[in-house]
Amino acid sequence: MAEAVIRLEGVRKAYPGAGGEDVEVLHGIDLGLDRGEFVALMGPSGSGKSTLLNLVGLLDRPTGGRILIAGADTTALDEAAITQLRGKRIGFVFQYHYLIPAFTAIENVMMPMLLARGRPDEAMRKRAAALLAQVGLTQWENNKVNFLSGGQQQRVAIARALAMNPALVLADEPTGNLDTKSADGVFSVMREVNRAEGTAFLFVTHNPTLAARCDRLVQLVDGRIVTPAAAPQPALAAASP
Amino acid sequence: MPFEVIAALRFLGEGRMQTTFIIVGASIGVAVVVFMSAILTGMQANIIRRSLLSQPHIVIQPAEEVARPLRDPRDEAPTVQKRTQRLLSIDQWQAHSQVIRDMPGVDVVTPTVAGPAFALRGDANRSVSLTGIDPDDFVRIVPLPDKIVAGTWRLTSTDVLIGTELATDLGAAVGDKMRLATPNGAALTLTITGIFDLGSKGVNERNVYVLLRTAQDLLNLTGGASNLDVTVKDLWQAENIAQRINARVGLEADSWIRTNNQLFIALNAQTISNTALRIAVAICVALGIASVLVVSVVQKSREIGILRAMGASRLQVMNVFLIQGGIVGLVGSIFGSAIAAAFLKAWEVMLKNPDGTPLFQLHFEPKLAVWAAIIATLTGLAAAVTPARRAARLDPVVAIRG
Repeated sequence: MAEAVIRLEGVRKAYPGAGGEDVEVLHGIDLGLDRGEFVALMGPSGSGKSTLLNLVGLLDRPTGGRILIAGADTTALDEAAITQLRGKRIGFVFQYHYLIPAFTAIENVMMPMLLARGRPDEAMRKRAAALLAQVGLTQWENNKVNFLSGGQQQRVAIARALAMNPALVLADEPTGNLDTKSADGVFSVMREVNRAEGTAFLFVTHNPTLAARCDRLVQLVDGRIVTPAAAPQPALAAASP
Repeated sequence: MPFEVIAALRFLGEGRMQTTFIIVGASIGVAVVVFMSAILTGMQANIIRRSLLSQPHIVIQPAEEVARPLRDPRDEAPTVQKRTQRLLSIDQWQAHSQVIRDMPGVDVVTPTVAGPAFALRGDANRSVSLTGIDPDDFVRIVPLPDKIVAGTWRLTSTDVLIGTELATDLGAAVGDKMRLATPNGAALTLTITGIFDLGSKGVNERNVYVLLRTAQDLLNLTGGASNLDVTVKDLWQAENIAQRINARVGLEADSWIRTNNQLFIALNAQTISNTALRIAVAICVALGIASVLVVSVVQKSREIGILRAMGASRLQVMNVFLIQGGIVGLVGSIFGSAIAAAFLKAWEVMLKNPDGTPLFQLHFEPKLAVWAAIIATLTGLAAAVTPARRAARLDPVVAIRG
């Protein structure tokens, strides 16, 4: 069917523990995201969600197994190649939006393009303006990001994540600190981008209502995926109480 | 503008207070260095100008006479007495002075006849140093006409110019007669046409100037010249040129650097201690910049992490902080040079000689400002190396989570 944007095969991650022994956080994760898929990742605190996201985002390296981006193994790549791949293929939206306060909204959106190409140009500005229009922030584009509301900042972060036209966007609880209305708005924007551009999303959330609106739900408990990741889930059952 | 420069400027603009402090610090450092350098240069030029005012840069004399035993000293051991040095004319001085005049770097060559004499007037009797000069050329070495405080700048074969101290000792005024006598018995009565003040008591007491021909008569050196006085275009090249002259014409050539060795050493010592101070100031400025940037890296570690997550390479992150250091240095040098220029102007206006001329000539050379900018920028870059490396080493995972 659709080709895999990213595939994790038996991925393990261990951290050095206090007693000199390594503590394994992830115990052999097999996970794949297809092009255009919108996947929710749920799990209690300490289940290894963040660790998994760092690995998928190529911010960190696994201690076992392999990660394939568009079918290519990343295990042997060096630091510079990983950084380049990350910049081109993966967009990030974090819980605490993490924009760069010294820059305006449109400059923040231009940032990944600027990092890849070195100098700003008109094409970058146009693309950034188009992305901000897509998330409904055209009138705020020249504001310093500190003057925007939480929901607005998160939408800037989404626009920024899309700047390089990545195959995959990792969203780490992007709605976690927003009120219901803003959260809904941010989620809708992501869903629209997903449908319009065919960008795959891995969406970490604690909100069952939003999770239910995704294509697929993956549940992580104690470093293992507990839900069969194949078919669409009747996740509404979890959301009803 | 490349990303690194944009980000560096924005980060500096964001930490307004820190940036202001560190730029003020760098400016003061640069101002001190530039001010000190200008003062030192001006002072040294002044000292040299004053010391060399009444002397040529190079004095050429006939080769020293040596005693040559007629028998081979290997056969017997003769007692060889050192030869006494008579006052001699430079052999072929006219031809030599033409050769020397044509050498590169040489400005003026003029013959003089110099020797000991007594100045006599009434009961007063002083030993003086008699110099016969060619007035037209000699004034290009020693600006005598500017130094005449009484009488006029006129020198014929029966005229003499004396210093203020000698005039006092002899109780003489312009227009008075005085007698000059030399050890070989010659004596002439001359008219004092001018009294000069060359700024040094010893010189004003001892130096007596007459026409070349008059001195030749008095010192029994008809048609001769005991010295060739030379000035050069670049003072500091005097010793090199003296050695070239020596090699070329085989005459003894002594430069001011050799004859005023103590002065030369003193000037050098001053330059060295000044350099040490400059380095110390540069280190203080560098440490200030480094400490502010280290704090900035810690404050911005999260942003650095995000930049890294978005594809910024370690090199890009490092450059952002290096450029911040460079910018602080450059901006500091611009302000610093401006401050120094203002202080130098104030110095010139406030500190004056009794006659209203500046205490000494100060030149704020644009070259100095350019050097200050280059060195300050490099210092800023060097200061930023440690913080920049620290920023580049940040692990994006830790930076974002932390």
